[in-house]
Amino acid sequence: MPGHHIIVGGGLAGLTAAMKLAEQGEQVDLFSIVPVKRSHSVCAQGGINGAVNTKGEGDSPMIHFDDTIYGGDFLAHQPPVKAMCEAAPAIIYLFDRMGVMFNRTPEGLLDFRRFGGTKHHRTAFAGATTGQQLLYALDEQVRRYEAAGQVRKFEGWEMLSIVQDESGNCRGIVAIDTRSLEIRAFPADTTLIATGGPGLVFGRSTQSLVCTGSAVSACYQAGSIYANGEFTQVHPTAMQGEDKYRLISESIRGEGGRVWTYRDGKPWYFLEDMYPAYGNLVPRDIATRAIHKVVFEMKLGVDGNPVVYLDVSHLDPEELERKVAGVLEIYEKFSGQDPRKVPMRIFPAMHYSMGGLWVDYHQQTNIPGLFAAGECDFQYHGANRLGANSLLSCIHGGNICAPAMIGYAKSHTSAASSQIFDQELKRQRESFDKLFKMSGPENAFAVWRELGDIMTENVTVVRYNDKLKATDNKLLEFKDRWSRIGLNDKGKWANQEVLFVRQLWNMLELARPITLGALNRNESRGAHYKPDFPERDDENFMKTTMAAWSSDGPRFSWEPVDASLIKPRPRRYDIEKSAA
Amino acid sequence: MPEKTQVLRIKRQESAKSEPYYEEFEVPYLPHHNVVSMLMEIRRNPVNRQGKRVAPVVFNANCLEEVCGACTMVINGRVRQACSQLANGLGGPATVEPMTKFPVVRDLWVDRAKMFDDLKKARAWIPIDGTYDLGPGPRVAPDVQEFAYLFSRCMTCGCCLEACPQFNSHSKFMGASVIGQVYLMSQHPTGKMNLTERLDAMMAEGGVADCGNAQNCVEVCPKDIPLTTAIAAVGRQTTIKWLRDLFMK
Repeated sequence: MPGHHIIVGGGLAGLTAAMKLAEQGEQVDLFSIVPVKRSHSVCAQGGINGAVNTKGEGDSPMIHFDDTIYGGDFLAHQPPVKAMCEAAPAIIYLFDRMGVMFNRTPEGLLDFRRFGGTKHHRTAFAGATTGQQLLYALDEQVRRYEAAGQVRKFEGWEMLSIVQDESGNCRGIVAIDTRSLEIRAFPADTTLIATGGPGLVFGRSTQSLVCTGSAVSACYQAGSIYANGEFTQVHPTAMQGEDKYRLISESIRGEGGRVWTYRDGKPWYFLEDMYPAYGNLVPRDIATRAIHKVVFEMKLGVDGNPVVYLDVSHLDPEELERKVAGVLEIYEKFSGQDPRKVPMRIFPAMHYSMGGLWVDYHQQTNIPGLFAAGECDFQYHGANRLGANSLLSCIHGGNICAPAMIGYAKSHTSAASSQIFDQELKRQRESFDKLFKMSGPENAFAVWRELGDIMTENVTVVRYNDKLKATDNKLLEFKDRWSRIGLNDKGKWANQEVLFVRQLWNMLELARPITLGALNRNESRGAHYKPDFPERDDENFMKTTMAAWSSDGPRFSWEPVDASLIKPRPRRYDIEKSAA
Repeated sequence: MPEKTQVLRIKRQESAKSEPYYEEFEVPYLPHHNVVSMLMEIRRNPVNRQGKRVAPVVFNANCLEEVCGACTMVINGRVRQACSQLANGLGGPATVEPMTKFPVVRDLWVDRAKMFDDLKKARAWIPIDGTYDLGPGPRVAPDVQEFAYLFSRCMTCGCCLEACPQFNSHSKFMGASVIGQVYLMSQHPTGKMNLTERLDAMMAEGGVADCGNAQNCVEVCPKDIPLTTAIAAVGRQTTIKWLRDLFMK
């Protein structure tokens, strides 16, 4: 008997798992709020890492592994990261076989570019839309299995909660049709959460509008451990918008883009000055803090604004066209200025969550039968993610959880009682009945904006304990205000507002382990930077933060990091890594 | 209201079966606002121009970078992604309507499931032997890659269908986007091997022969995909196949 699996989320991780499961003859129900082809993975521009060593640089998966652990400031468990780096070349080859139009060398081989945090050409890329291209290749493969009847898609459905049996095992989900608002229970042998990051907790970020973290928060509230929530990556180079912060890919720096601002009336290439060994190719957290410092401490932002320049105007236009045209097009389209002629105006923006659902080395959460993969797990990036490792970790996570899900289904064959589904259904239906009765003065979208502003201000680049405490108090205040939200739309058809009100609650719940995780961690490590605790403190904090939900707030515990393969050493980018 | 505002005249419809109507909203003007960020502004304060509090406008949007295709709408009569339509240059009052060739779910949200179903019919995928490690893929010349990449950026947004005179809500025509994908698959060395089955789909009902050669698709494609090149090439391929099938029988 084939196993029956639920996958929530149709980005790279979810589709990879769907393809892998279907290939083994399993049945998959795939849930996604948007048609899967419109998932947030499309936004990844730069590329995917794999140490294929086709440039005669002596690169190897072991060096990739070391770069990833070092870049992540020794917070990631090392064995799964090693496995990922070893799997990377085969992943790139698989996608090449699936038809991804990767850029080529003159000989027709895969071309590789350099990204931040490494000295090697290790990043395969497809124009400036690598994430889109990888997602489309998976979308095609999954469609093939859909046509064969092995994958059923529930597009336009949103997961509300997981269903657990008496022993706490996950037995399926309850989901809502975002059109008819019909709420249904879906049993399955295993469930995979592959819903991406929580960008919307920070209001405007580089993430897509579906990245609310709501499904992850629902799992957290049901007992899943949320790990390392305080580690969120702020991307150094984004355009500021009213609706979102649009990423300008690191590939721009990889291809020779320079970051500068004016000092004493002359261009000052401050990254090259501060970090001569890596220059503009320092990792994201380093670049972000440098920009932050230049703008806020040294008050050298362009025209006094929180803006610096990212400049490609000195580079060969043909080369730019071939390698990063898509990125430059985005800038041009949304700013109205031609970056080939005028330097781009950029500033850091929340980009990626290294933290996420705690999973074991087989991507299973602490709830048996519930798995997680992709940005929503915490596994591969430690305290800071290297550029072009996210697409890799999504696909790798999807790859390895599929056999684990099959194994779980084979060894857990007892039928679940129908009662547990009825109970959860009733709970969710009652919860929506209450949402529909909300008639207070607050507007959910306005509260969200405030949430985003305070999270961005206090829980991103630079963190102070008093501000983190104040932010958590504010979160409690938002929860109180949440109960006074009034629905403007009482309609029972395609009511996006009522769905958002529920998502907002889940964002508020998830914001707490993010904020309090940062408060608890009195050190600076990777993307987490506290001026009052400027050093990394391995003795006290080389540990995974584990947050468990309770009705009076997150309860924290800490798990030691498995650093059995590479001995921790200080992370520095002002000198060569080999010398550090 | 601040001195400068932008008026949006939005076509609304409560469900597929209800009567559409227009409603006007006025939002503060910011040059870097775009249609989606203005719709978000309306959600924060869903009051129409008459000062009446109404249900916020329902719309689809996701990436806001014009790579996902979700927020496709008809703005001032032209189909495009709403996220990349800046307020600067929009003029006022600006008309925002749902796409007309697909069933309306509500307000600006339409159901484009047909496009994904047609990709299934066209078998637009590379049938690989398996996902296990079988080594590198075939070599591809850089110029072939660069050409194919043009087609691989298709986001299934539906602009080409909205503009196509041959396509409407009752039509079986798969349209330029699907034909573009069939053509893309034939650019890949492995994809070429299974050209026949995709051409069969292209020769069936709703296939490439339904194209009326109006060439609107290529005009409205937000990614400048050379769709008419694909249509012409796939058309030729089907003719050759038709002749071959005829003589091989």
